[in-house]
Amino acid sequence: MTTVWLVVALVGLATVAIKASGPVLAADRRLPGPLGRVVDLLAPAVLAALVATQAFGDGKAVVIDERAAGIAVAGVAVALRAPILVVVAAAAATTALLRL
Amino acid sequence: MGSLAPVAMSATTFAGSAQFAVASILSAGGTVAAAVLAAVLLNGRYVPMGFAAARAFEGGPLRRLLESQFVVDEAWALSNRGGRRFDRRLLVGAGLLLYVAWVGGTALGVVAGSALGDPEALGLDAAFPALFLALLVSQLRSRTGAAAALLGAALALALVPIAPAGVPVIAATAATLVGLARPFPKRDAEAHGARSAPPEARTAEPRPAARHEASDRTTTSPHPGDPASPAPDPARSASPREGP
Repeated sequence: MTTVWLVVALVGLATVAIKASGPVLAADRRLPGPLGRVVDLLAPAVLAALVATQAFGDGKAVVIDERAAGIAVAGVAVALRAPILVVVAAAAATTALLRL
Repeated sequence: MGSLAPVAMSATTFAGSAQFAVASILSAGGTVAAAVLAAVLLNGRYVPMGFAAARAFEGGPLRRLLESQFVVDEAWALSNRGGRRFDRRLLVGAGLLLYVAWVGGTALGVVAGSALGDPEALGLDAAFPALFLALLVSQLRSRTGAAAALLGAALALALVPIAPAGVPVIAATAATLVGLARPFPKRDAEAHGARSAPPEARTAEPRPAARHEASDRTTTSPHPGDPASPAPDPARSASPREGP
């Protein structure tokens, strides 16, 4: 329990600082070129890693199970420009149906 | 996570992907450091997003700090009027609305969530990666971004069998270094971890397609861990599920 609260406090503080950095420090400035380009890529890299590990990771193993089918359907939904809620629901429904 | 902590986290962090990442790392037995680092790295995107929208904010530092907390992906994307022009009322207004719904929804989930039954039977473990996939695609605006995503996914998957929980996602940030290679041909981005091979490194099989754009080659990297592609790659089955 204390571990959880420690994480909540640390992440909360860090997020406040991160979100405020641009609006407080720079009214009209950009990050310098190379740094800006690296920071721009943080979200895609981390999100892709989350997709990969949560869709195919099972403890220490890399597997293809019902989740992979759900993510495949989600990919189709994304390609069809479906709203995020539809994408998520389609993935969950596909995975749940395959587990019946 | 207990019942109060998720609500407190929604109120103080208000960034879904970081919260889900923390929850999944902690429940997988990851350490405090891994969870915090993953959340910080995930929220790192708010640094460039905040700098981009900085001009939209008004008033002194305290007001800017408070209003900036309502910036989330959806509000940011919604209020972008192109380039670095943002509709401030939409940015803060939509963010505020989402904030109320987010914290309220978290509380509802804590109170009524157990009535849902087994999350896996409902396929909810596929819901998070699907959500991340949708967010990822909405943020892919360049070939370099796609390259970073492919490389990040491949790095993370490669580390799953050998690294502690949470570490693969953190290590995936090394993929952002492809951003440094932008002015040069980036054939090297296909090699694991390599980031500055000379241009003459492109000696592999020739491709018929146009090669005039340097970053073109990066996105055709053969990494199997392609989250943007809906079709699971058979190469992944190289690591079969191990029995308990």
